[in-house]
Amino acid sequence: MPKKLYVVFAVVLVVAMTLAACAKTPVATQAPAATEAAATQAPAATEAPAATQAPAAKQQLEVFSWWTGGGEAAGLEAMIAIWNKQNPDIEFVNAAVAGGAGSNAKAVLATRLAAGDPPDSFQGHAGQEMIGTYVAAGQLEPLDDLYKANGWYDVFPATLIPLISKDGHPYSVPVNIHRANVLWYNPKVLAKYNVTAPTDFASWLTALAALKTAGMEAPLALGENWTEVQLWETVLIADAGADMYTKLWNGEADWNDAKVLKSIEDYNKLMEYVNSDYATLSWQDASKLVADGDAAFNVMGDWADGYFSGKVDGGNLGLTPETDYAWMPVPGTQGVYDFLSDSFNLPVGAKNRDAAIKWLTLCGSKEGQDAFNPVKGSIPARNDADKSLYGVYLQSAMADWSKDTVVGSLWHGVVANDTWKNQIATDFGAFILDKDAAKFQASMVASCAQFGPCKK
Amino acid sequence: MRNKKEKWLAFLLVSPSILAVAVFVYGFIGWTTRVSFTAWKGMIPDYTFVKLQNYIDLFTNNLRFQIDIRNTLIFTVIFVFGTLLLGLITALLLDQGLKGEGLFRNLFIFPMAISYIVTGVVWRWLMNPAQGSRLSGLNLLFHTLHLDFLNSLYTATPEWGMAFIAIPAIWQLSGYTMAMYLAGLRAIPDELREAARVDGATEFEIFRYIVFPLLRPVTLSAMIILGHMSLKTFDLVIAVAGKQLPLDMPSINMWQTTFDAHLYGSGAAISILLLISTAVLIIPYLFFSLRKEGQQ
Repeated sequence: MPKKLYVVFAVVLVVAMTLAACAKTPVATQAPAATEAAATQAPAATEAPAATQAPAAKQQLEVFSWWTGGGEAAGLEAMIAIWNKQNPDIEFVNAAVAGGAGSNAKAVLATRLAAGDPPDSFQGHAGQEMIGTYVAAGQLEPLDDLYKANGWYDVFPATLIPLISKDGHPYSVPVNIHRANVLWYNPKVLAKYNVTAPTDFASWLTALAALKTAGMEAPLALGENWTEVQLWETVLIADAGADMYTKLWNGEADWNDAKVLKSIEDYNKLMEYVNSDYATLSWQDASKLVADGDAAFNVMGDWADGYFSGKVDGGNLGLTPETDYAWMPVPGTQGVYDFLSDSFNLPVGAKNRDAAIKWLTLCGSKEGQDAFNPVKGSIPARNDADKSLYGVYLQSAMADWSKDTVVGSLWHGVVANDTWKNQIATDFGAFILDKDAAKFQASMVASCAQFGPCKK
Repeated sequence: MRNKKEKWLAFLLVSPSILAVAVFVYGFIGWTTRVSFTAWKGMIPDYTFVKLQNYIDLFTNNLRFQIDIRNTLIFTVIFVFGTLLLGLITALLLDQGLKGEGLFRNLFIFPMAISYIVTGVVWRWLMNPAQGSRLSGLNLLFHTLHLDFLNSLYTATPEWGMAFIAIPAIWQLSGYTMAMYLAGLRAIPDELREAARVDGATEFEIFRYIVFPLLRPVTLSAMIILGHMSLKTFDLVIAVAGKQLPLDMPSINMWQTTFDAHLYGSGAAISILLLISTAVLIIPYLFFSLRKEGQQ
């Protein structure tokens, strides 16, 4: 008798599982968004009560990002607060996916886009990372009308617009601006060794040599692989100049040029002054070498300012700008702003397109940008923002942003698409091993032809 | 009649898992194989058939994949032999019937309970290659013990950095091989040793001509299990060294090629090659051990 009961139970179980498996298919294709967001992110729980109340079917806006921690999440919260004030009748659904500098989020996003279920707007690095991937696949709408209606062509720097456009159409709205070509240095170390801050690339090398002769083991701090590529991109700007640098990336200039070779050789010269353990250091480790006085210089994007000056109990160093640490553009790149930016866009087939347009309008507005950026530690893309809200470094960056020539960062996805960038990273890794400048230049020529805009 | 009914029931009960394995393992292996023969790159699937082009490219003009193969070989050889040797030595020591054997046994096996990520992070700190005034980890220990000749760049060593990543792996898994060897040693009947002693064999000769040959099946199983683990290594390398070309592995290359560079066809080819290399190890082993079980 119990055996019979067991058989019945087993059959019921199997039938139930089969039914569940069958029933799941349509549900899964309709709403992976809800399940994924709920599984990875607590705030998405707001969706559940909305769905159960739902007699008046409240309108929603779903914004997808990987801003789940630190200043980024706080900045996003500040913008959501404005959104809720402006649009009390549209619920903001924060579909942020945590982890891995966005690599988890990008995998989730790719699945959703492939399933025809895009969020209403999603975050991405402005430039080729977005254009080469999503615009190339026809997954984003151009934003010309929005740019015209809001007068963004006038308030964003003129040299910025082509870098975030394809065939003359902008595809994303930059919320923040970071700068990659910043040289951070320790003024106390320079004073101790009686070395003055460099003014151009040659005087930088002189300063490094003087520090090394005076007994500093590694005057230039360097970190893991991507910080090496970022350092080279700034040397390339210094040697090629802003105009040629941009042309190299859009296929109008030749990678075989002698200036490219010079930049690679100059990079080799810099490598004589770096710490031997660079391959194992994060960018924070490398910045800390400067803060501790173990090194004099470090080239890092301007998020390092937040690490230098931020509160100690937040895991930062709590230093005073201009006394404990100071900055200048990478020598030879004065007057050039090597930018990167987080931006939002309008996916084709967004379910709440009107709300998404309102969101993008907020992203590009003075109010939105001044809410997000002081918290995140970046500057607004607009040149009419309220400077009094920002710290010492950011104010100097804003002054440069409004007058400098803007070029796009290689490592941070502005000038090269993901496939090309990945190939460059591999070739650069090989170059770090063999230091063969001519070979690396040849591989740049080859990868531009294979994955970039160069003619084959 | 009753037997038939039970057979039917048994089949019904396992069918969901058979179905799941068929779809999620073999189905996706098939699908990945298909993708590996296509030109798919970018966000939109492109099933243009390119024959073996992705595989040919990997072996002919892909420097990174050649580094992967070299690193995998270095890692596998050092990891497998290091683990076997250390496991055998500790097992032989424990087999001497010393007091508190259980304690030591647990102590040696314990690292296995830790995840590769934790092992990796701890060993990353220990194997800190910083020099001069910033010495730390093992290098600092060697310095304070006046053993400066042991100072090393570890994973930052040019050419041979990969060898050092095998050290945490050996540390983690030698306890496991110790357990296997210990079981093997205990299974050797005392009569054999005693007979050898009566014939005048030394303890070393007993080990060399009696114990060691009888441990061969254990060695083979351990080699295969460790070997396939080393081929698939991903998390340990990431935790110790991050993603850098000199310390690249096929699994890391597969991830970056597929999800960072959007070269889905090429990434699928790398994963199929990984699968084949693991299968070459595992399938003959499974085949023989299953046949042996069938004979028994």
